[in-house]
Amino acid sequence: MGRPRLAVDLRDVMIRFGDFTAVKSMNLQVAETEFVAVVGPTGCGKSTILNTVTGLLKPAAGDVRIFGKSLTGLNGQSGYMLQQEGLLPWKTAHDNVGLGLVFQGSSIAKAREQARPWLAKVGLKGFEERYPHQLSGGQRKRVAMAQTLIMEPKIVLMDEPFSALDVHTRRLMHRILLDLWQADRRSLVFITHDLDEAITLADRVVVMSAGPASRMVADVRIALPRPRDVSALQTTDEFVALYREIWSLLGAEVEKSYVTQG
Amino acid sequence: MSRRGRVALTQFAIVLGLILIWELGVWAGLIDPFFFPAPSTLVVRIGDWMSTADFWTDIGITLLETVLSFLAGIGIGTALGIWLGLSPFAAEVVQPFIKMFNAIPRILLGPIFVIWFGLGLTSKVALGVTLVLFVAFFNTFQGVREVNPVVLANARLLRASKSSLLRHVYLPSATTWILSSLRVSVGMAVMGAVVAEYLGSSAGLGHLIAQAEGVLDATGVFAGIIVLSAFVVVLDAIVDCAEKRLLVWRPAPAHES
Ligand SMILES: Nc1ncnc2c1ncn2[C@@H]1O[C@H](COP(=O)(O)OP(=O)(O)O)[C@@H](O)[C@H]1O
Ligand SMILES: [Mg+2]
Repeated sequence: MGRPRLAVDLRDVMIRFGDFTAVKSMNLQVAETEFVAVVGPTGCGKSTILNTVTGLLKPAAGDVRIFGKSLTGLNGQSGYMLQQEGLLPWKTAHDNVGLGLVFQGSSIAKAREQARPWLAKVGLKGFEERYPHQLSGGQRKRVAMAQTLIMEPKIVLMDEPFSALDVHTRRLMHRILLDLWQADRRSLVFITHDLDEAITLADRVVVMSAGPASRMVADVRIALPRPRDVSALQTTDEFVALYREIWSLLGAEVEKSYVTQG
Repeated sequence: MSRRGRVALTQFAIVLGLILIWELGVWAGLIDPFFFPAPSTLVVRIGDWMSTADFWTDIGITLLETVLSFLAGIGIGTALGIWLGLSPFAAEVVQPFIKMFNAIPRILLGPIFVIWFGLGLTSKVALGVTLVLFVAFFNTFQGVREVNPVVLANARLLRASKSSLLRHVYLPSATTWILSSLRVSVGMAVMGAVVAEYLGSSAGLGHLIAQAEGVLDATGVFAGIIVLSAFVVVLDAIVDCAEKRLLVWRPAPAHES
């Protein structure tokens, strides 16, 4: 029992929609306090994997274990930040951040009090009373991030959270996310199709093959020191070497996905 | 001058021009005042009315009927809309009946309500409710059905219970739709009240107009209609204010900002 506990443990998981096999064989192990990025071409089943970890999808074969226990029903330990906008448009940034607390029975006033420091943590001080449409795309993502993290889930799941943002905003988000994760380490599964992003953020990068019937093709440790400087990191030799190594696998899969998608 | 100012000025000029032509036409004997009484006599008539207590009672009664049928109609329609919006089975069962009932020209129910509920307030409110209810129902139903699925999924992932979803997601979503149909609902409530009064009652603006019509008093009819329009315009302005305050969270339409 010398190894750290596994927060998420997927073994040979297969996921089918009717006759369609989306994922043929996925292996994903995420230790406690580990940051794992999953990369793969569009349509390879990345979102499907997160839905499986949340318990929204049942695998057709294989095993899903959360902290050693087989997952039945919904995963009570995970917080899921969706790819698309899910904020309530009729609630202010402040109330959106505290939403999960209110759902758990907190009073609105109590939820607001707890939400205030989180707004500051994601750099939204002064924007508390804004409604989502009065925020920029990056600010809305930060509200969504605080909304997920305030619940203090043991496992954080993020599905391409920053893919709709411009490069500069994305870098800012990376910095905020890394700071938050560094301060309060949780298991984090981060889905992305952007290899730069994956290497910048993660302890490990898991590569998936092109879909359908995708599988895990590689699991690469990112031994870059922490805390990381997200803007300086990408020009270092270590970073470039890792990028080359993983791209030699991922690039081939991306090529294949072009062929299968016509 | 701003565009709005110019629009208002032009509108004012058109109204003023029409009134002048009308007034001068009556004076010159080109228009028969028996059918089209001169604007000046309408003003005098309204002035006369306003100095009587009966007139204000009439307005008060119509207002009360309007407000009651508005509130009851919105309440029942919203409850029905939420229930059917959340229960596809019930919606499928009830849908044809609702369509059938909505297809009845509501004016025809007026006399029946008078027979059922008498000449008093109840029959007026009943007619107003049947008109408002459907507007509120269809909008709530739509609002509940068209909740953004991502917003809903996100709330579920934050472990919202059924009642939390109703309170924080479905109802606010439906509220937008209900509010945006509020003006139509108010119009319907006024129509229900006035038509029912017109069909049979002893008070209210509809009764006032019906009385004038009974003695072929065109001046009374026109004056009554003008008062009624003013009544609706005022209610409309109030609703407009309420809507703006309740929908602060919504982005302003592009052409207004
Ligand atoms: N509910 C579903 N029913 C049928 N097919 C689905 C469903 N969800 C996803 N798929 C299919 O599964 C594959 C993987 O989808 P997804 O996980 O969304 O890909 P990714 O997130 O990697 O872009 C795709 O081919 C997609 O069409
Ligand atoms: Mg996806």
